Parts: sequence; structure tokens; C-alpha cells
Amino acid sequence: MIHLAGPYVLAALLVGIGLFGVLARRNAVLVLVGVELMLSGGTVLLVSAGTAGQDHWTGGSILTLFVITIAAAEVCLALAVILAAFRLRGRIDVTEGSR
Amino acid sequence: MTAYDIAFAALGVVATGAALLAVTTRHLVHSALWLVVTLGAVAGCFLVLGAEFVALVQLLVYVGAIVVLVLFALMLTRAPIGPSSEHTTSLAHRGLAALVGAGTATLLLAVLLPLAGGPVDRREVASGQLARDLFGTWVWPFELLSVLLLGALVAAFAVSRAVRPDTGSAGGTP
Repeated sequence: MIHLAGPYVLAALLVGIGLFGVLARRNAVLVLVGVELMLSGGTVLLVSAGTAGQDHWTGGSILTLFVITIAAAEVCLALAVILAAFRLRGRIDVTEGSR
Repeated sequence: MTAYDIAFAALGVVATGAALLAVTTRHLVHSALWLVVTLGAVAGCFLVLGAEFVALVQLLVYVGAIVVLVLFALMLTRAPIGPSSEHTTSLAHRGLAALVGAGTATLLLAVLLPLAGGPVDRREVASGQLARDLFGTWVWPFELLSVLLLGALVAAFAVSRAVRPDTGSAGGTP
């Protein structure tokens, strides 16, 4: 027996903290850290849904694996873009264009 | 209040605290290292929830691969060792970001907590069942994801090759 309030609170907090990280950071790599935190909040929700309810086809666990895979692809591409921008401009400040 | 609840609460506190440190610390490298602690604690949460295979994949892919990639990017963009004030935002900016983050978390809590209800039976996800479903029901999404990963790899390679600093434009035959 397990209460589902715990996973829900953790997921909401991770998404909120990740959003703060995305908005408050200026270094592009650290913005990516915030995105990872938001994604892990989503995976916590998926796994808890798989634990709790009528989980046909093991959807909770498998969709979590898919999210992790997509996160890996996203990080791979985002870091290539960041490195290209760094070589081009010498800085990776995401607020640079607005000033 | 069962032992599972207590274990989940302890891991959740670790995950939340490390996540807060990851988004607020001044040391750029420490941010990536706190991300390791957060993702490791989340993997522990998956274990408590009964999804052991997902917990192992989380450790292998997230902590093993993604965080190492983030650390690589920090090093390649010449992140300073030690506290750096080069990329700090203003206090008003951070306050506004904290307000938006707290608002989103509150909104999600207001939606999710009424759905929680009482305690539910914890079901272990057997790895054999997961493998049968992954390569049976979910096989086409799975194959699509392999194509996505391949596309992401090729695109990352193309992006890192195509930009020339001297011309400043994308071009050149690969």
C-alpha cells in the first residue's frame, strides 16, 4: 500500500523548480538542466500512474522509457546547437539578443 | 503511513532539495552535479513505486549519459571552476521566475492532489511482462524512437559541422 499524494507532490515541485531554472538562468547549458528537471517531473507522474491504476500494456513504465529516450535525443541535439553557437559568438548567453 | 510512504518521502526530500540547489547554485559545474543527485533520488523513487527496470534505465541513461554530456558541454564552453557571477540575472528577474515557478507548482498541486485519494496497492512491474509489451504492443513506437535517435545523432553531427566561424553562415558541402 502506498499513498499517491507523495509522487504527485514530487512531480509538481520538480516541474516548478525546473521552470524556475529555465526562466532564471542565462547560461544555455543551465537552461537545459531546468528542462531535464521538468522532464523528470513528468516521468515521476507517469510511473506513479502505472503503479496505481488499471495499467494496460504496462503503459506507465514503457512511456517513461520513451520519455527518457526522447530526452537523450533532445540533449544531444541541444548541446550540438549550443556548441555551434559558442564557436560562432564566443558566448552562450540566452538573453544576449534582447539587449 | 507505510514504509513505502516513508521511503518515498525521504527520497523526495533529497530530490527536491538537490533540484533547488541545481537551479540556484553559482558554481556551473556544481549545478550539473546536483542534477546527478536529483536524478539518482528520482530513480530511487521509481524503485519504491515498483518500477525497477525504469529505475535502472534512469540511472544508466540520465546519470550515465545525459549528465556526462551536460558536463562535456560546460567544459567545452569554458565554464569557470568556482563561483561565477558572469551569468547571474537581476534580483527582479529571479523573483519573477520564482513567482512563475511557484505558481505552476501550486497549479499542478491543486489539480493533482484531489486525484490522489486513499492508499493504493503497489504493483511491481515485472521485467518479463514489460519486455513482452515493449516488443509486442509498443513495437512500432519503439522502432520510431530508434529512427528519432538516429535522426538526432545525424542532425547533431550536421549542426556541429555546418557552421563556419569565418563566414558565419551555414553552408559548405559535408
